[in-house]
Amino acid sequence: VLLISYREKKRRRIEDLTEKMAVDGGHCDISCDWDGRWNHVRKFLERPGPFTHPDFEPSTECRLVKYLLTCKILVIGAGGLGCELLKNLALSGFRLIHVVDMDTIDVSNLNRQFLFRPKDVGRPKAEVAADFINGRIPGCKVVPHFKKIQDFDESFYRQFHIIVCGLDSVIARRWMNGMLISLLSYEDGILDPSSIIPLIDGGTEGFKGNARVILPGMTACIDCTLELYPPQINFPMCTIASMPRLPEHCIEYARILQWPKEKPFGEISLDGDNPEHIQWVFDKAQERAAEFNITGVTYRLTQGVVKRIIPAVASTNAVIAAACATEVFKIATSAYIPLNNYLVFNDVDGLYTYTFEAERKENCSACSQVPQDLQFPPSAKLQEVLEYLTENASLQMKSPAITTTLEGKNKTLYLQSVKSIEERTRPNLCKTLKELGLSDGQELAVADVTTPQTVLFKLNFTT
Amino acid sequence: MAATKANKEQKYDRQLRLWGDHGQESLENAHVCLINATATGTEILKNLVLPGIGAFTIVDGHIVSGEDVGNNFFLSKNSFILQNRAQAATELLQELNSDVSGNFVEESPDKLLDNDPEFFHRFTIVIGVQLPESTCLRLGSVLWSASVPFLVCKTYGLIGYIRLVVQEHTVIESHPDNALEDLRLDQPFSEFTNHIQSYDLENMEKKDHSHTPWIIVVAKYLDKWLSEHNCQAPKTYREKEAFKLFIREGILKNENGVPEDEENFEEAIKNVNTALNPTKIPSAVEDLFNSQQCSNITSQTPSFWVMLRAVKEFVHNEGNGNLPVRGTIPDMIADSQKFINLQNVYREKAMQDAAAVSKHVEYLLQSVGKSPENIPEKDIKLFCKNASFLRVVRCRSLAEEYNVDSVNKDEIASCMDNPDSEMVFYLMLRAVDRFYQQHSRYPGVYNYQVEEDISRLKLCVNSLLQEYSLNVNIKDDYIHEFCRYGAAEPHTVAAFLGGSAAQEAIKIISHQFVPFNNTFIYNAMSQTSATLHL
Repeated sequence: VLLISYREKKRRRIEDLTEKMAVDGGHCDISCDWDGRWNHVRKFLERPGPFTHPDFEPSTECRLVKYLLTCKILVIGAGGLGCELLKNLALSGFRLIHVVDMDTIDVSNLNRQFLFRPKDVGRPKAEVAADFINGRIPGCKVVPHFKKIQDFDESFYRQFHIIVCGLDSVIARRWMNGMLISLLSYEDGILDPSSIIPLIDGGTEGFKGNARVILPGMTACIDCTLELYPPQINFPMCTIASMPRLPEHCIEYARILQWPKEKPFGEISLDGDNPEHIQWVFDKAQERAAEFNITGVTYRLTQGVVKRIIPAVASTNAVIAAACATEVFKIATSAYIPLNNYLVFNDVDGLYTYTFEAERKENCSACSQVPQDLQFPPSAKLQEVLEYLTENASLQMKSPAITTTLEGKNKTLYLQSVKSIEERTRPNLCKTLKELGLSDGQELAVADVTTPQTVLFKLNFTT
Repeated sequence: MAATKANKEQKYDRQLRLWGDHGQESLENAHVCLINATATGTEILKNLVLPGIGAFTIVDGHIVSGEDVGNNFFLSKNSFILQNRAQAATELLQELNSDVSGNFVEESPDKLLDNDPEFFHRFTIVIGVQLPESTCLRLGSVLWSASVPFLVCKTYGLIGYIRLVVQEHTVIESHPDNALEDLRLDQPFSEFTNHIQSYDLENMEKKDHSHTPWIIVVAKYLDKWLSEHNCQAPKTYREKEAFKLFIREGILKNENGVPEDEENFEEAIKNVNTALNPTKIPSAVEDLFNSQQCSNITSQTPSFWVMLRAVKEFVHNEGNGNLPVRGTIPDMIADSQKFINLQNVYREKAMQDAAAVSKHVEYLLQSVGKSPENIPEKDIKLFCKNASFLRVVRCRSLAEEYNVDSVNKDEIASCMDNPDSEMVFYLMLRAVDRFYQQHSRYPGVYNYQVEEDISRLKLCVNSLLQEYSLNVNIKDDYIHEFCRYGAAEPHTVAAFLGGSAAQEAIKIISHQFVPFNNTFIYNAMSQTSATLHL
């Protein structure tokens, strides 16, 4: 039942293909293929077996291989996971692959992002990755997009059969998650399965990684399991400002307090990729450390703290991307039942994996379709609501913009991202909900970087 | 030269933060041998070339085939012209990282074993991929005698298999994820006792009181508790709760009797349970103390065991039954001076203990006619710091695994009791090897063979179970599935193994982090895995 949508979509596409083939004369026009090229893949498409998906229909005609050829996959990220994903998908038979990445290549990428070479430093990752794959794998057409995921709208995402993410940011994941949820269509409250685009999401950090399969609207989404991504903890300001104990505290002092004050390079903000900036922070941090008899400030530590560097190696990315690509293949071909739905990997001590089914949250702010409950007394200040939106573990919003409808007109209660509006609405933060004219049951629409669609909240006055 | 070093630091920055410069150095001194440049092989090697191993040599006698180029990123259409799979793969792998030297030998491993088995002695580690059983066992025997670590890998349909074969692998830096702190609150050393003497919690200004490290708070209250409880530290749940309350009562109150906000006291209360854990030597370390290598120090003994013996001597002398103090404390609410002073107390004690261990090392080395320079000071310090986390991995040889008299029947039988166990795949891989021995091919390679080979493979399964007297049942579905696989090597399964096996190789080379012991099975159908001890 879960995969009814794929069966339907696939059936329609295979019918289209068969028609097209009939017109073409029925031969497989895969002219760049050589003898035996897809032997390793075909065994899984042509042969029945005891563990295949119930929907699986083996075929020795080239129908199924052609299916792979027309399956459109979107890879988000062309970094550690992205490079591996592109290779894996290309060598599994997929040909129509788009890749989106807003970054350019840095020297520190070269230890694992194997589609890039020293001469490519500075060039857009998506473009270099696409070039390499297209050159190495004949017939594969990777289309690069040197863009942010937010630069595209529904019409772009809608064209893909499966989307695989190799992102390094929770915010971006949540945005992607929200975008696919916004593509879902409901008729009389019933989800139309053909509007579901599966999302395979991979993440790595050092020797740890995870891979998950998300069927938006049906299985647990990113926001359903937000507690699996605990917010980054920053050092308390009083420690940094007056009570440093660790070398990290000295570095943060230089970065957060001294830089804005001393403006060593003028009005420029600190750029973690600029060695001169890092050197400045390093020198200042060393001075402060000496003052407090703290040892351990190094250039490497300084860079790590300023850029919030997460250690990374080729091996973990290889494992997670491989698991993700296996799932793409399973979903595209119905060869096997896909992962249901979360895999955790850790090779610090031996080789460890753990597989479980993450559960949907009934009132998930992203996928539950019901307005979120906001319980506050009318005397609560708007500031408290704002803090709740950012600090609550299940919401973790970054800079929410709150709007509502009052007397038939759209009113912005608070918005941070545009300076003039922030200044204008800032006084509202100190006003109570009652003072702002809000009533029990009032709907608030909240926009945030963590989601492409506004989230609806319902105000529930408590006594 | 300086430019290259700086460039390497930048390139390898993200991994240097995991295994440090010394870990990187061991990689750069390593020479890895890969046998068979199939997709699995090249994926493993890719994940070793990228982080910068010193050199690799591919041993492969095969000619490039159409299906090879179809699933292997390091073979291209040009490889058909070259023909030689070893050479073709070497070129494309070499191209990944100019710091690495790539070599190839266009020869089958069997030929090399016939003519020049010592060829393999030069390698830091040998990785054998998609090897038939006979070659595997021959190679295993040669490498075991030469003490060269051997990693056997196989991708078979949707199943991945890795076997580590290493006689004795020592790990000083295991980098445990959740290590307990070494605070010695139950057995305070004299310098610590002296230090806390300098604190008078009852008569402190609020600012100092609120910024006294929780370790000192717990130590002070423990002192009081001991004097009031006949020197009995809190042990039961009740006693510990009472102790926490005792500490809580020490929180300063304002004029209205309302307790002030003292985060350091809250930290103390939160940490009572772990802080009161008795200091003891982990059983894993005790086992190492009792092992033969530790008792018998000779001039051939590797430094690990010499240092371990020195630590054992320390434990029985200066250490009063305890390992050398680790010397680190976690961060905690405190003003800078109090924290640094406390940290220094632990650091200095650690240095003192390490110096004592050093003396024992010196003595041991001299007693076997070696000079102290053989084991540098910094190695001893690192050893002492990691004394609680030392690990030694010993794998059974392939001969032991395959021998009827020493096969691990218990492990196999108990795993097979569980219907979800991956053990069935291990047995199927063994059966498939048997099929290959008998028929010189794998089952189900061609579509027409799938059906016919099921009964043949079943015979192999039965003869395997019989030979080892394994009273287990393998469902027909698995036999069918393994015929269906037709010895396919799908790229994504090869890539999963590529990452896993490469990291195990890095652990072996760097002696950091702990390798698995000794068989890893990956099931891509269910995305599950298991480590079996065969």
